[in-house]
Amino acid sequence: MTDVAVNDRAAPLLQVEQVRKLFPLKAPGRFLPFGAVRRTPLLHAVDGVDLSIGTGESVGLVGESGCGKSTLMRLITRTLDPTAGVIRFRGEDIAQIPASAFARVPQRRLIQMVFQDPTDSLNPRYTARDTIAEPLRLLGNLSGAALRARVDEVAALVQMPYELLGRFPHQLSGGQKARVGIARAVALEPSLLILDEPTAALDVSVQAVILHLLADLKEKLGMSYLFVSHDLDIVRLLCDRVMVMYLGRIVESGPARQVFESPRHPYTRALLSAIPGIAGGASRRIRLEGDPTSPIDPDPLRCRFHGRCPKGQDACTRSSPALVQVAPAQDVACHFPEPA
Amino acid sequence: MRGEPVPLLSVESLGVEFRTRSGTVHALEDVSFTVGKGETVGVVGESGSGKSVLFYAVMGILDGAGRITGGRAVFGGLDLVQASASEREAIRGREAAMIFQNPRVALNPIRKVGHQIEDVLARHTSTPSAALRTRAIEALAAVRIPDPERRYDAYPFELSGGLCQRIMIAIALACSPSLLVADEPTTGLDVTTQAAVMDLISELARSRNMATVLITHDLGLAAEHCDRIVVMHGGHVVETAPTAALFAHPRHPYTARLMATTPQGRTDLRSLAAIPGQLPDLRRDDLPACRFSERCDRFEAACGQPPLARLDTDSAHSVACRRPL
Repeated sequence: MTDVAVNDRAAPLLQVEQVRKLFPLKAPGRFLPFGAVRRTPLLHAVDGVDLSIGTGESVGLVGESGCGKSTLMRLITRTLDPTAGVIRFRGEDIAQIPASAFARVPQRRLIQMVFQDPTDSLNPRYTARDTIAEPLRLLGNLSGAALRARVDEVAALVQMPYELLGRFPHQLSGGQKARVGIARAVALEPSLLILDEPTAALDVSVQAVILHLLADLKEKLGMSYLFVSHDLDIVRLLCDRVMVMYLGRIVESGPARQVFESPRHPYTRALLSAIPGIAGGASRRIRLEGDPTSPIDPDPLRCRFHGRCPKGQDACTRSSPALVQVAPAQDVACHFPEPA
Repeated sequence: MRGEPVPLLSVESLGVEFRTRSGTVHALEDVSFTVGKGETVGVVGESGSGKSVLFYAVMGILDGAGRITGGRAVFGGLDLVQASASEREAIRGREAAMIFQNPRVALNPIRKVGHQIEDVLARHTSTPSAALRTRAIEALAAVRIPDPERRYDAYPFELSGGLCQRIMIAIALACSPSLLVADEPTTGLDVTTQAAVMDLISELARSRNMATVLITHDLGLAAEHCDRIVVMHGGHVVETAPTAALFAHPRHPYTARLMATTPQGRTDLRSLAAIPGQLPDLRRDDLPACRFSERCDRFEAACGQPPLARLDTDSAHSVACRRPL
């Protein structure tokens, strides 16, 4: 189905290297102290992130709101232009293609996305059939009977009852809307599917069904997943590898099981200890005081987590830690990583 | 909970209906439970189970289409169902306060948060107007908002979701109520913020001996913070039990199913089960006595026949099921 050359298996499907996205903000104030140079403040949304996703692998990206998850996701889907860095998809650097032109390149159909809120991301004036057909019409060059047949096929794939295809979003339940959103994303058989909190708006019982569906689809279609979530329990269930992001940087990455069992970065530990559960609660919780430091023009020589970190020391204000390997396949960006 | 003290809130056989163009929705039927003084009770269930409507009815803020069909809700000796609007208004906000799911929507967007706290104080207490500002800043400090003097002048859009929810809590607690109803207070917040907000609610409840009702669909959250849990399904209370007993021994098939769908602490996706079917359409006139019977694998013909069986295993644990686990 594709005309993009398939690289050898060893090379990862997606390789992101030192990608950065800085948003310029409006310069503050009219008056400057004598001799000062006016410069535009920059919001460091994504600040030097490395990431790779293998074929058929599912990677979880976790972090609080405002940490740059969504920006990173938009950079990878190429709806936003990076300030710097390389985004290699199937061996080709797609960071060079302007976002405005990306809709017309052959890679476009291979990177698809499932959005967070199925209600907001579906066109209220499109029936389920129209929604699923749209990518097939625009990027798959299908029409007429072939289009109808393919929509039916995709609907069956996501276990969407055939009778519901004529309905509008307001006539569908949350779980059914989620299925439509997933069907739209997998209709073109992408090789990379980016999922932005796909179950956050769903009830627990429906969530379980959708998670099973996603696991099945991944196996059937051989897709790779980038699963963005702040629900660590779900990431643990669905992902092979997990990356923890804090204020534009990856602070810990490694095999999901390993990271959850022995987190080495204090932020990961705090995040894991915040999961509510029956096994003791507040007593074992690591409390993070205050809000994250501002992402606007951060001090490059200071650890971003300093100030909230329970282990913060003077050294953390003098040099920003880089990601280093602390265990097989597990990297941590901390001067004082937790013992294993 | 020692002995049988008079509960703070006692709801007995409460029923609520909604009139809609497509028929009458039997939203709540024969709902009974109690909340003791200083106790934290969790109300859990899927969306549509009636958990929010239940407290809208108790607080008297039910939608115009809703109607209480029967039952009582006795709070501090007063039946809120029979009480006049002015009696209810005097209690609401002073004796019983509620915080809502989306703080940004619940707060007034064009009024400074400090003024919103003052509004409650001015309505329900005899604080002299000169002291209102000080009291409002104290209320902000009590919910651990950093730099309360500055935040007093903030508008909701200037604050993060976690801070907005703290403002909601400050408003709710301004008059030191004896009952706080928290309707999904942390949905939409980050895990770390959720933990901080929930710990704050728990601590304030403990230090003020305030009873708390936590409405949530997150069993893990309820497990961590509640003394007792009320499980709802399709407008019925299906099981009530102390937290530890409920998790050790769920008696109602729905409770057990709900636990099996929670991803907490699981490492394998295959162990995550789903609940078959959906909530029954509550507009139906032929609803079975047990509204879970059509989704239940322990179903037998008698389950559909009224009356709905109620079993009390002991004084604290009760289950509405003919064939409990």
